[in-house]
Amino acid sequence: MDGIHDLGGTQGFGRIDIEADEPVFHHPWQRTSFALMMATQIVMRSHNTDEYRHAIERMHPAHYLLCDYYERVLTGTVSLLLEKGHLSREDLEQRAGGVFELAGPVADRPMADLTPQPEARFSVGDRVRVLTISPSGHIRAPKFCRGHEGTVIHRAPKFRFPDTSAHGGELRKEHTYHVEFASKDLWSDSDAANDSVIVDLWDSYLEASS
Amino acid sequence: MSEETDRNTRPKASIEQRVVATKEALIDAGRITEADLDQFAHMAQDWRPENGAKVVARAWTDPDFRARLLEDATSACAEMGYAGPQGEYIVALEDTPDRHNVIVCTQCSCTAWPVLGLPPDWYKSPAYRARVVREPRRVLREMGLQLSNEVAIRVWETSAETRYMVIPLRPEGTQSLTEDALANLVSREALIGVALANPPTR
Repeated sequence: MDGIHDLGGTQGFGRIDIEADEPVFHHPWQRTSFALMMATQIVMRSHNTDEYRHAIERMHPAHYLLCDYYERVLTGTVSLLLEKGHLSREDLEQRAGGVFELAGPVADRPMADLTPQPEARFSVGDRVRVLTISPSGHIRAPKFCRGHEGTVIHRAPKFRFPDTSAHGGELRKEHTYHVEFASKDLWSDSDAANDSVIVDLWDSYLEASS
Repeated sequence: MSEETDRNTRPKASIEQRVVATKEALIDAGRITEADLDQFAHMAQDWRPENGAKVVARAWTDPDFRARLLEDATSACAEMGYAGPQGEYIVALEDTPDRHNVIVCTQCSCTAWPVLGLPPDWYKSPAYRARVVREPRRVLREMGLQLSNEVAIRVWETSAETRYMVIPLRPEGTQSLTEDALANLVSREALIGVALANPPTR
């Protein structure tokens, strides 16, 4: 999904300030929001992590950008609890005394048609290119690297493939690779000759490049 | 008035009200218990950057451990008792005099919970997630870390399942310090790569 969540390289943001001695949670509700996120996935098994991440991606961009992280956590979690029929919106809103802002719906055709890659196709040192795909559902290849060439510097173990896992598709596992991109290849205005960005990418996001 | 129009004109529930309503609805339905929530809240308090700092201090002082950490950080961290959710596959990134490592999750806010803790607000901010992949040197300088132009910056994007921790350079003048004292020099920010390990205080 080419949504607001895929922030890498977006311009216009300002300074980043570090809070000294920041607590784990600033407010008790944040602790509860985190615990609800964990309990609904691990105890209730209402939904998996990929569905959860995608529910947050489906939030309205203005709500997503302006709210606290733990409000995104709660919004993604509640949206899935309602979509899966575990709770009713009427009951929740009556209890809360007001309207819940929720994630938008899943796209009709959320998954790109990517060939499963159960065996590792690439090795350290290989040059690869990220496919120029833009599915409307969950995908963990950031936009900023799609279509770009990089070098495999590490092959990680197999992990469940998020694009299908988030949408009730075929459960499959694939290796991910740490692919190093030269910063000056990713950003035409970069003057950093030696800097690079390493992105962890699933096998079926990639194709061989000469 | 349609249902949607009606919704748009009714007051929004505050985040505190929404959290309480969700929690109580799930507990009343018998789907989760207070004890479940307490368990996860306590886990969150146990995932601390002090854990990662101890891993770094051991790597600085024990060459065999350092080798194991660089080869298989998941096992090396588990050896010290640091394992669990978001720590299933940890990779340690060692800084050198000519290469600096920094971590970001551009698509959400993933960190290696068992060794870094839950992410701090600056790491979760849209500004950090958007900017550090594109202009890391400027971002680090603004955050108080001035790197020489000779030092190459590697930005590690952690949106997939690998979780990283940085092993910063061991500060000068720390040869006589104990492992515990060394660990006190390593902040959460150093473990993510937006700061260096602190110099020893005299």
